[in-house]
Amino acid sequence: MAADSSRSRLFPWLLVGPAMLVMALVVFYPFVYNVGIAFSDMSLRTFRNPGFAGFRHFIEIFTTSPLYTILGKTVIWTVVNVTFHVAIGLSLALLLNGPVKGRNIYRALLILPWAMPQYIVALTWKGMFNYQYGAVNLILGRLGVPPVSWLSDATAAFASAIIANIWLGFPFMMVICLGGLQSIPKEMYEAADIDGAPAWTKFRRITLPLLKPVLVPAIVLGIVWTFNSLNVLWLITEGGRPANQSHILVTWIYNEAFTLYRYGYAAAFSIIIFLILLGFSILFVRQTRGTEAVY
Amino acid sequence: MTSARWKSILRHLVLIVITLATIYPVLQVIGISLRPDDRLYSTSLALIPKGATLQAWHNVLFEKPFGTWLRNSLFISVVVTLLSITLASTAAYAFARIRFRGRQAGLMGFLVTQMFPATMLLLPTYVLMARLKLIDTPAGLIIAYVATALPFCVWTMKGFYESIPRELEEAALIDGLTPFQAFLRIVLPLSTPALAITALFSFMAGWSEYIVARVVISSKGLYTLPLGLADMAGTFQTEWANYAAGSLLVCLPVVTLFILLNRFLVSGLTLGGVKG
Repeated sequence: MAADSSRSRLFPWLLVGPAMLVMALVVFYPFVYNVGIAFSDMSLRTFRNPGFAGFRHFIEIFTTSPLYTILGKTVIWTVVNVTFHVAIGLSLALLLNGPVKGRNIYRALLILPWAMPQYIVALTWKGMFNYQYGAVNLILGRLGVPPVSWLSDATAAFASAIIANIWLGFPFMMVICLGGLQSIPKEMYEAADIDGAPAWTKFRRITLPLLKPVLVPAIVLGIVWTFNSLNVLWLITEGGRPANQSHILVTWIYNEAFTLYRYGYAAAFSIIIFLILLGFSILFVRQTRGTEAVY
Repeated sequence: MTSARWKSILRHLVLIVITLATIYPVLQVIGISLRPDDRLYSTSLALIPKGATLQAWHNVLFEKPFGTWLRNSLFISVVVTLLSITLASTAAYAFARIRFRGRQAGLMGFLVTQMFPATMLLLPTYVLMARLKLIDTPAGLIIAYVATALPFCVWTMKGFYESIPRELEEAALIDGLTPFQAFLRIVLPLSTPALAITALFSFMAGWSEYIVARVVISSKGLYTLPLGLADMAGTFQTEWANYAAGSLLVCLPVVTLFILLNRFLVSGLTLGGVKG
């Protein structure tokens, strides 16, 4: 009996251990290394032999950097993107879950934004937003709308990047939702039909709650990834144009680290990002009871 | 006409509009790949450019070791997929079904790894890989990509397991199966939709990844597709057309995989055995 209970105590760790080991191996060292750099004055000059900087970078970030403005933009960027990703992805999954003619063709075409390498599609979108010859303004022109200077106006440039990023991200949510929908027993809808429940009620009372276990992790991760997504915004705004106004926190850090070579400062900034996301995720998971089962 | 018919027409109308908006930028990329003069941007709305040529496709497929890149990428992505599915499906089962000390912390631990801006981890990742003697080996990339895929896969599998009624395993345990057998024979076969999603995601984790690959791999013989395409871009006159053609070739296997996995993402499979 004693052996049996120690075996069953070991069982979860046998299952969890290997995956945790891989994560620890790849993530732990770089993380600690970064914390070290954040308290050093590492830059291009002091790359080989950085000195100790204490909390200098953190103080600088909180006193002289446009932290709050950029944080605000990052929140807008994240919320708008993820909201549209989930809304479009879920709607498409619902439309393409049942027997629809040409379902597989629709699905295969709709996954393309996810399947394409980001670099080429980001630059293609940038071309489409060009003032003179971009497809967006040409199409707007045919509809009688005056051309928008998408990339030279700060707000419009930010909006362009958001549009491109929405396009890029919804297929992922669509695939998640398609998977999640398969876990809902048909019998539940049949029972609701017998009770004469309208479609909206079925969606709110059956579909959404039963999608939750799969959707909540996808949304949390979607938020974390979008908060830290560099490529699309960086490529479309050419590193924050116009006038360094199109930045979210990660593009700001990237600029500090790889254009200005202020590694210590950038590492300190990335720790602040980490703490913001950590705080948010703990709250979100607790609020949605994401670690617990639905039944 | 009946209301069911109207509904179906409306559904297709919505789907067609969204699909067109979705594939328009992809059509643009196809257009770029066919352009005779090397330009990324053009003033014309025509998708097939004047004097369209397949030269770029020829360059990518026959002038460069595309086969080697494809083989390297396929090998890495297939191994990453198999490893991630194995590790994630087992770990997630423990998180979903067993109350053990450290469970919540462990689950959050997987999330936490995603929160640090990836670009800042590049330099230390290089140092780490060098210490582990994994620089310039496929194994180095495989480990890095598995770590990219695992957090999502673990959480998704866990969520899906939780939607499977416990009664099924309890009955199996009474019938004399061990907990691991119950997992393998009862729960896993019911989880094919989640396995399909995590397979696709793990495959994608490394498939078009460039930055980590750039840091880890240096020998041309080990180049993955994204490395090969970037390397190729500089060697021809028609850089953009080549890059566009290459990108389209890169996305073909992903779409194929998705089409193959689609059979698991179709309603009609019900959870047999237990009536809700």
